Amino acid sequence: MSERGKVMSIKETRRGGAQQKLWAFASLIVLVAGFSLASPNFFQVSNIMAILQATSVNGVLAVGVTLIIITGGIDLSIGTLMTFCAVMTGVVLTWAGMPLLLGVLTSIATGALCGLISGTFVAKMKIPPFIATLGMMLMLKGLSLIVTGTKPIYFNDTPGFSEIAQGSLIGRIVPAFPVPNGVLILFIVSAAVAWILGRTVLGRYTFALGSNEEAVRLSGVNTDAWKMAIYALAGGICGIAGLLIASRLNSAQPALGLGYELEAIAAVVIGGTSLAGGRGTILGTLIGALIMSVLTNGLRVMSVAPEWQTVVTGAIIVAAVYADQLRRGRAG
Amino acid sequence: MSELVRMQSVDKRFPGVHALKAVDFDLRPGEVHALMGENGAGKSTLMKCLSGVYQPDGGRILIDGAEVALPTPKAAKDLGIGIIHQELALMRDLTVAQNIWIGREPRLSFGRIDEARQNADAAAIFQAMNVAMDPRAPVSGLTIARQQMVEIAKALSYRSRVLIMDEPTAALNDSEIAELFTIIRKLRAEGVGIIYISHKMDEIRQISDRVTVMRDGAYVGTVEAADTPISAIISMMVGRELSDEAVRIPDLSGAETALEVRALSRGRELKEISFSLKKGEILGFAGLMGAGRTELARAIFGAEPPERGEIRVHGKPVTIRTPSDAVRAGIGYLSEDRKHYGLALGMDVRANIALASLPRYADRLGRIDEPQLAGIARDYIARLSIRTPDDRQEVRLLSGGNQQKVVIAKWLLRDCDILIFDEPTRGIDVGAKAEIYRLLNDLAAAGKAIIVISSELPEVVRLSHRIAVMCEGRLTGILPGGASQEQIMALATAREGMTVE
Repeated sequence: MSERGKVMSIKETRRGGAQQKLWAFASLIVLVAGFSLASPNFFQVSNIMAILQATSVNGVLAVGVTLIIITGGIDLSIGTLMTFCAVMTGVVLTWAGMPLLLGVLTSIATGALCGLISGTFVAKMKIPPFIATLGMMLMLKGLSLIVTGTKPIYFNDTPGFSEIAQGSLIGRIVPAFPVPNGVLILFIVSAAVAWILGRTVLGRYTFALGSNEEAVRLSGVNTDAWKMAIYALAGGICGIAGLLIASRLNSAQPALGLGYELEAIAAVVIGGTSLAGGRGTILGTLIGALIMSVLTNGLRVMSVAPEWQTVVTGAIIVAAVYADQLRRGRAG
Repeated sequence: MSELVRMQSVDKRFPGVHALKAVDFDLRPGEVHALMGENGAGKSTLMKCLSGVYQPDGGRILIDGAEVALPTPKAAKDLGIGIIHQELALMRDLTVAQNIWIGREPRLSFGRIDEARQNADAAAIFQAMNVAMDPRAPVSGLTIARQQMVEIAKALSYRSRVLIMDEPTAALNDSEIAELFTIIRKLRAEGVGIIYISHKMDEIRQISDRVTVMRDGAYVGTVEAADTPISAIISMMVGRELSDEAVRIPDLSGAETALEVRALSRGRELKEISFSLKKGEILGFAGLMGAGRTELARAIFGAEPPERGEIRVHGKPVTIRTPSDAVRAGIGYLSEDRKHYGLALGMDVRANIALASLPRYADRLGRIDEPQLAGIARDYIARLSIRTPDDRQEVRLLSGGNQQKVVIAKWLLRDCDILIFDEPTRGIDVGAKAEIYRLLNDLAAAGKAIIVISSELPEVVRLSHRIAVMCEGRLTGILPGGASQEQIMALATAREGMTVE
């Protein structure tokens, strides 16, 4: 291949990456425009805020699991881990009556610890991520039910807990923009993770592990330790999602959680992150999560039955990945 | 003479690349026609056009004098064109016969497969090839050479009259190559036309009738193999004459010992191996395939730690259980399989160079100092003359020689002063090889201690200041630099019981 040929091909590769995000973003715009035309109730500030609020939990989970998917792994335990974190927060705040900040720390620490355990299964014990986190998913689901005795824990005695997701710091400063805190937290978490992925050693190893784990190990990098760190970080982010959902429901619902992991993975996939690892962006995941909530919300506003909403979401996932394949086929 | 295949001014473009520029090629029945050229010369693209994988943008393909269209690989197979890829494409968990008949299994009623007939038909093909093979054996248990036999049988099962072999001997040892050549000669005698792609000059002389050379996507010329000297073929390939320099052995009597290995053992693969390596020295490791050289390298590097034995670096004993222990001791390993073990192919040149040294270029938050790394990457690109548009180029888009240099840069940046090169020029074209040799000599002159493992004897002889030879997991002797290939082969085949001093 000539030098000039090489230069051209690299430009195309770079353009392909940008194009991918552009495509996902364009799909989002088309959806929003379509629903706005179809129903006058859709493009209202209150409805847009509702969409953003509905995105926050799934979005935070999706951002966390994006890290793991880029390493070439998968985490099926994020949904029930989120619930377990909420339950532990309930134990600390409602049962033990500790201050709010301690509850917040408990949730994040619980998530990080469970993530670390999953990471240990995967990195040290060499259990395939699918199996390791499937086991973790069931263990955590069971533990949530055991700890609570299958009954929800309410946060009525903790003033300010519901503010975590429902309040609006921005609204207090700029009353015209009552962006809920849950959304603010989603954007802060996204920005932080995007920064970690793009700028730090941890981020670089995340991509490198997904690109060629053995080459990284043979470069003298302690791949096991880094992988565990990545799973722990993703777990900690699940803890944040646990706080958000508990705050929105003002309770820890122990039976909740199953199914959230698949919604989050769907958002990641729609956002263009490859399940094969090595590639992915947080912006893509955010757009993916938004596409999913816009769909759900838009179909509801148009009075489409919830059963059909699920069918459409499934079809969108297949279509999104197929579109991605077509783009890749054309690029390669 | 009648022609089996004629390709006339075949042209192929990819976005940004003119891969084939009006290439001509022809194949006669009952000949072995070698196709040569550096990596990227267009050999594989031409063969993919012939086997229906790519559609040429211009030119004609004639089979038996009639123009044909080859829209799919199946169309090519139906016309009797079989291809055996360098990376074998067999299903490891199926049997030999199941692999051969995959997609066209003989059926019984209710969709059942006629396994008995399948096995009998496969056995008949192997008999015709004069190869002893059990059709019911699972492929996973076969050596690479035996798997290749299965691929050949599979190609023959399509009644192929044209057989394309892409570097068939890359992973074979000498006796396996001899066996393969016997089969090739038998097929040739039966009138099959064989297109043989290889980088190994001696093989081309042994097996082929004619040689066609390509360079930069263009046809250079076709010559008779018997009366063309190797140097003439090489100069056709690179467009210039290459001189074969003799090794210059520096005086290392005063140099300090960098690495000392004592009685290293692991299972049956490594038996009581002891040697030492000085600063500034290039120690070559010769031996046949499976002699344990790669295993030794991986043991020293901690990729598969040894069971017994001692490793000393600069006189101090070190414990190496993982690659990160080895790297901390200043040992770098450049695997023979760069793509799987050396590089993160989807990442750019800068990230790959920095892969082993990242924490050093990060602050306490773990934030990477990209501007500094960019400067370092550009520095290495210039020092090692890595040909890449810039440091953000993905390494998968570089040629083999330049990929190798990226791996070298990675270890130099990590301050490794003991470097183990496992087949440093495998898959690297002739022109770039000379450059890698020069680089290795420069590194040694700069005081690095270097181990070179190579299966190509001329390479070992040309590079090594001393030559260690292994056979069946034992170090059978260490020869002085410049030793003859015959001396090396004697040690490489010195089986247990025959001790050599």
